[in-house]
This record gives sequence, structure tokens and C-alpha cells, in this order.
Amino acid sequence: MTAQRASGSIRRRLFLQLALIAALLSVGLFLVTRSLAASAVEAMQDGILAASATSIADALRSEDGAITLDLPYSALSMLGTINQDRVFYRVVVDGETLTGYEDLPPPDETPTISRNSFSTFAYRDDEVRMVSVARVVSTGGVPSTVQISVAQTRLGLSAISQRISGVATAAGLGFFLVATALSLWAARSALRPLERMTEAVTRRGPGDLRPLQAETPAELVPFVDALNSFISRLGASLQRSEDLIAEAAHRVRTPLATVRAKAEVTHRKLQKPEHRLTMREMIRAIDESSRSAGQLLDHAMVSFRTDSLSEDTVDLAEIVQETCARLEPAAGLKDVEIRCQTPADAPTVRGDWLLLQSAIRNIVDNAVKYSPDDSVVDVRLEVGANIRISVTDLGRGFGGADLEALKARFARGGNVSDIVGSGLGLTIADEVARAHGARLELEPNKNGEGACVSIVFPLS
Amino acid sequence: MRFLLIEDNESLAGAVVERLQMDGHVVDHADTLDAAQACIAVADYDLILLDIMLPDGDGRTFLASHRKAEKQTPVIVTTARSEVSDRVGLLDLGADDYITKPFDFSELEARCRAVLRRHGGAAANRVVFADAVLDSTAGELRIGEVGQTLRNRELRLLEVFFASPGQVFSKSYLMDRLFSFSSDVNENAIEVYVGRIRKRLEPSSARIETVRGLGYRLVALT
Repeated sequence: MTAQRASGSIRRRLFLQLALIAALLSVGLFLVTRSLAASAVEAMQDGILAASATSIADALRSEDGAITLDLPYSALSMLGTINQDRVFYRVVVDGETLTGYEDLPPPDETPTISRNSFSTFAYRDDEVRMVSVARVVSTGGVPSTVQISVAQTRLGLSAISQRISGVATAAGLGFFLVATALSLWAARSALRPLERMTEAVTRRGPGDLRPLQAETPAELVPFVDALNSFISRLGASLQRSEDLIAEAAHRVRTPLATVRAKAEVTHRKLQKPEHRLTMREMIRAIDESSRSAGQLLDHAMVSFRTDSLSEDTVDLAEIVQETCARLEPAAGLKDVEIRCQTPADAPTVRGDWLLLQSAIRNIVDNAVKYSPDDSVVDVRLEVGANIRISVTDLGRGFGGADLEALKARFARGGNVSDIVGSGLGLTIADEVARAHGARLELEPNKNGEGACVSIVFPLS
Repeated sequence: MRFLLIEDNESLAGAVVERLQMDGHVVDHADTLDAAQACIAVADYDLILLDIMLPDGDGRTFLASHRKAEKQTPVIVTTARSEVSDRVGLLDLGADDYITKPFDFSELEARCRAVLRRHGGAAANRVVFADAVLDSTAGELRIGEVGQTLRNRELRLLEVFFASPGQVFSKSYLMDRLFSFSSDVNENAIEVYVGRIRKRLEPSSARIETVRGLGYRLVALT
């Protein structure tokens, strides 16, 4: 039987899908963590910048109609909490720079008293964050608008961001690994019932046609039901075939038996030699057709049984002895002696008793059939490197025929046209041998005359 | 010998009965199991030929009850079933042998002989001519105190002559009795076997005489 080619694996697909989801979630987690961290750090910087600008604004004084500023130390020192960053400031009164860096650009958006303005830009080779605060200071009854801007580079900030990104990456990666492991486990455990069912199906013997009764998950109940209905139909059909073959044999053989018996009676009564010769030819034709019918039905039964080979423990010595004893009366009719030798401690083989018996019977029957009168057929069961049942006759041999071709259906040697045969005996033996892991060997007998046919079983 | 033939096919049964009678046997025919039981109740048989498929039941049932009743009569089953089907059970159920239909009567005879030999009975199956005794069941020719075991063809040839002493048998007739229908043989092959039985009969006063142009016959020396 050829194995069904697998098209993808459910487990792999399930695992890959879960792992893909895990990867997307990890990336999402990483991005969210990083952006939350970045905005938190930015908010912190903005807060400090605003506090700094406000404290500068609070230090503004109006003296003698002019605005003065005594820059409070704390205003800039509080910004020092973020390391290594440079701080710039600029105080503008009505468009005139009061103090600070004159080249510090104005904010993108002009701040009002109620709203500070924040902007980010490049300044002196670095990116800076700047807050601008507006105040109205009255100088001698005249209100002036003061705009205080404090800016700070973002080096420390980006260092913190980077640290947080690192942590976020590690967290995302960790999440991904854990999720992947979990999805592997999930894929496995989801498929465990399926594996259990597969095991239940494959563990059963070939002849076991009972319905499947493994624990079945709800999704697979329709499948198992379909399978069981198929098994029961198969069982019924097999039983029908077996009955049909047996019935066909009965139907064919009974009338042939009647014709043959009547022909033999008539033959005995006839006086004229030419009439007897005719009757003899008729009986021969009957034998030929009944043998062919019998062998065809046997072959059908053998093919049928090898398909669902039973696994009995078979004592080969017993079969060989029984078969020899069974064929002895027929062999005796032409004074052919069947010599049967079996060792006392022959090993057993696993297989189908009926089939093995049929194979051995066909081989011994052939040997008797082709043996000359008053000769000997040697049947030996030998155990050495393998188990060998060899049947040797002193007949005409294979006449140089292609030995492998003789195993084919209806193939007969070129030197046997005068002997009734169907060309199925060796085919049956060959098929049975192969079904049991054995091989059928044909060779000329050692003394140059006769044939030697063996079934060779590997020693298990 | 006395046979009971249990067979529901009238035509086949008729032929078998006629053929067995030709060899001097007495044959009763029963076409159902009931009829068979009735026959067994009133007569003693040397051998029962049993068809396995009968209208009023399986021949196996008969076999089982036959063995249960501890009847000693040997049973040979005739079956038309496939060679590779259910015949294993037949021997287990107590059949002494089985033969597949259609069968060769010589083979049936050989099987009957083998079965009877195993049962060690049928002493009645002896034919005496002059000082020679032919025991078909044992396959033995006894002359005075000396017994000779015969080969199958020698036995069958002697049976033909001992059944009708003095009758002339042609070579072709003897050939048909001795050789199977399925093989080609030369009529002269019969001379070999006649030569053999002549040697067997030498110590006795029985002789196989050649009748020129006609064949052979069994005569006693005077």
C-alpha cells in the first residue's frame, strides 16, 4: 500500500500561526513601551524646563522704569539633573534681548500668559528642546511683554530612551520566546487527540474490522463516524467476496463432479478401444477445466487473504507433514513416494495457516504431477541461516524455461503440454511466499534432472 | 465393502453408486441427514462418504454427532468448497479424510484404503485365489505364510485379475485401470507391471497368462 503524501502539517501550521501572532504582539509591545517611555521622558524634561522658565520669570523685577533680571541659580541647576546636557536661555523684552543667548531662535509658536509653548529644533550641532514662557511686567505703568525661553540639549534624554528601548527589546524578545514555547505546547496538545486516534487506527491488525472506539473530540466525531461506516461496509464487502468465492467453487465443482463421475462410469462400460479413448479425452478435458476453475478460485482466495494477512503462529513442520500425508494417496497412484523430513525443533513463523498450507500443497502437488512413475519426491524442512522448505523431484525439470517467468500467472513451461495444469500453482506459492516475507526459489535439481522448488523464510 | 453415501445431488450420487458397485462394493445412498441417520441405525458400514452441504443441515453437524455417539465407522468428507477455505475444521470435527469434488475414483479408492488401514479393520476385504490371498486394505499379497507388501499399481492390477479369474483383460483396459486420465501413457507400459505381479505370484500356483493378441488372464497351475 502506498502512503498518502502529506500536504502540510496541521501542527506546523498551528504553531507557525501562533508564533506569527506572538511576533506581532512582541513588536507591538516593544513599540508601545518605547513610545510610552519616550513621551514620559519628554514630559519630564518639559516639566523641568517649564519650572526653570517659570522660576526665571518669577525673578523678573521692574526697577526705575527698566526690567532687570537676577538669574536665580536654582533655575539652571534644576536642569542639571539631566546629565551632560547643555542649557541655553534667552529673555526677550518687547523684542529686545535682555539677557542670554541672542542667537537662540524664537519659538515656533508665540506663548501667551496662560499657555507655554514648546518646540524642538537643531541648535549648535545638537537637537534641543525649548520652552517659552510669556509674562507681562509693568514698568512705570507701561506693560511690557517678556518672553523667557529655556532650551536644553536632549543627549541625556536619548540615553535614557535608549536604555528603555533596550529593556523594551528584551521584554519583547522574552515575550516572543515564551509565547513561541507556549504555542508549540498548544499545537501539540491540541493535536494529541488526533494522534491518539491515529495510533488506535494503526495499532490494529489488518484483519481487525471492528469500529474505532478511541476517545474522540467533538470536531472529529463526523470523521470517525464516516470512518466507522466505511469499515463496516468494507467488512461486509470482504465477507461477501469470501462467501462468493466459496459459493462459486461449490457451484462450479458440483456439476463437474457429476459429469466426471458419469464419464468414468461410461468409460468403464465401453468396449471399443476408440470409444474408450474418446471418453478418456473427455475426462481429461473435465480434469483440465476443473483444475483451472479450482486453481482460479484458490488464487482469488489467496489474493484476497494476502490482502488482510492474519498473524497466526504457524508450525511449518506440522504443515509440511500434514500436506505430505494428505498427498500420499494421490502420489501412490503412480507409485511415487513422498519422503518428508522435518527437524524436531523447527521454529514457527507468523502468518496465515491456510495460505502457507496452500502454497506448500501446490508445490508438492506439482512435484508429484511431474514426477515419473516409481520415483521419489523429497520434501525437506531445513533450518540454517534461514528456514527452507525444499521440494525436489526427479521429473523433467524446467526444460530451460525462464525460471522467474514461470511464477507469472498462467505461465507454464514449454515441456509440459502433455500434463494437465493451470499455470497458477507457482503463482499461488509465489504470492503466499511474498506475503510472508519469504521468497520462492526455482532451480534445476542438482543431479541435472528434475526440479527443486523452495520457499525460503528469513530467520526472524 | 459396504458404503453409505450421503449426497443430495441425485445425479452425482447415482454415478458414484454405480461406479462403486462396479468394483463390487455395496452402496446405500441417503440424500438427507435424516435418511443417513436412519441407515446408520439399521446397518453397519465400513465407510461413510459425506457431502458437507446438505439440504437439511451442515454435514459438520452430522460429523459432530457421529463422533459424539462414539461410532467407529470412518468418514470421508466430499467437499465442493474452495481448497483454501474451511476444510481445516473438517479433520478437527472428526472426519478421517476429505476429498475435493470433482474427484478421481482411483484417488477416492486409495483414500478409502488408507483410512481403513488406519482403522485396522475391514478384514472382509480379502480375495482368495488358489493359494494366494490378496488383502486390498493392507496392500498385501499372502502366499502360504509369506506376505509381500505391494506397491499401489501392483495391488490395483492384482485386484482386477483377482476379481474375475479367468477373464481376459486387454492391455488398453488394464491401462485405463492403472493410469490416471490426466497423463499420456504408452500401452506397452502395462507389460512392466504385468511382469512385476508375475514375479510376486511366482511362489504361488497362480499365474498371469498371456493370451496372444487379446491380453492377459489369471489362471491357476494344475
